[in-house]
Amino acid sequence: MAPGFPPGFSIAAMKLNERSLAFYATCDAPVDNAGFLYKKGGRHAAYHRRWFVLRGNMLFYFEDAASREPVGVIILEGCTVELVEAAEEFAFAVRFAGTRARTYVLAAESQAAMEGWVKALSRASFDYLRLVVRELEQQLAAVRSGAGGPALPLPLPLSPTPALPSTPALAPPLPRWPSALPPKENGCAVWSTEATFRPGSEPPPPPPRRRASAPHGPLDLAPFARLHECYGQEIRALRGQWLSSRVQP
Amino acid sequence: MRYNEKELQALSRQPAEMAAELGMRGPKKGSVLKRRLVKLVVNFLFYFRTDEAEPVGALLLERCRVTREEPGTFSISFIEDPERKYHFECSSEEQCQEWMEALRRASYEFMRRSLIFYRNEIRKVTGKTPGDPRQACPCRRARCEPRKPRNTKVNALVRRLPSSQHHRSARRGPPTQGHHPGPVG
Repeated sequence: MAPGFPPGFSIAAMKLNERSLAFYATCDAPVDNAGFLYKKGGRHAAYHRRWFVLRGNMLFYFEDAASREPVGVIILEGCTVELVEAAEEFAFAVRFAGTRARTYVLAAESQAAMEGWVKALSRASFDYLRLVVRELEQQLAAVRSGAGGPALPLPLPLSPTPALPSTPALAPPLPRWPSALPPKENGCAVWSTEATFRPGSEPPPPPPRRRASAPHGPLDLAPFARLHECYGQEIRALRGQWLSSRVQP
Repeated sequence: MRYNEKELQALSRQPAEMAAELGMRGPKKGSVLKRRLVKLVVNFLFYFRTDEAEPVGALLLERCRVTREEPGTFSISFIEDPERKYHFECSSEEQCQEWMEALRRASYEFMRRSLIFYRNEIRKVTGKTPGDPRQACPCRRARCEPRKPRNTKVNALVRRLPSSQHHRSARRGPPTQGHHPGPVG
């Protein structure tokens, strides 16, 4: 480090329990998506074909499908997933906020594979899963207490990527956008981008990086704004379709 | 193993589920207890020197085991090596209990199981499973398939839409028939 560096600045690389990470990569927990992708090495580097495994909010990549240890991992928390124009076909990007943040450009081997990956990666954050679980928790409480008013709002599932569960029952095809809107006869909720996450709640706070960290914070709605933006467009389109399909006999 | 350290550092600055100054001792034999600012963010436990902005390290909390040690002290170890323990000393029993409960819930796999649990419970009460494709699909198609894009310009225009290909008809005007966003389940 250059002399005169601010005191207290940590010079050593950050420690991480990489061994545990490697075990998590190859354990029997559910896989949310897996397949070959081409990964761009660096800014001007070539693409390398790697075996990718998405598990939770971790995207591991291996030399090939039979490798016992990953070459690396992309921690996905806080990322956005975009389609990109690239020389490679079926390319998409995993982008992070921040001026020096790297963008990972990946390319699938087919249109369907690309779409599957983009969907799975978009839903991969821990924050998102936590929001969904908390909403279901509230729904269960409401249903158990026999609350009147809007009956159980069942979220509209949008082509989730099923995990391969080692436990029985449902894979986490994560329901989109839990809301407190009334359901329709077939159990579908109408998704509205105007709906607040919880009735009567404050508007979502700004994204986390603009806020000082708060220990013991309440339900973390910080990613709300980002998710809202991400899914809002799709939800509007879906809603339009759903409403127009309803008027058909 | 390579990993995106910058993003992990950025994550350490996000709002925490829990944060406190605790005594921490590493897993190596003869480790000394050190004061650390310990911060729980999603499924990572970050630990900082008390006067520094960048974390000394992080622990991914998947497949971990949280164990009560001496009074006011707990340890974190990992399934594949249960004797290798990170010790944490709290200032009270209550704080110790609070941390242990929070850490047990702080894994993606725990959240996944919770999701399954709540869905099942809701189904038991209502007869409908949230997110069950058989109940929720408004269209009558047995199987919906994504469309191939006509050209890459469409791809470039439509950013950040995971299943953008399904909704191109919606963008061109009123759809002639409802189209389910894709295979569910």
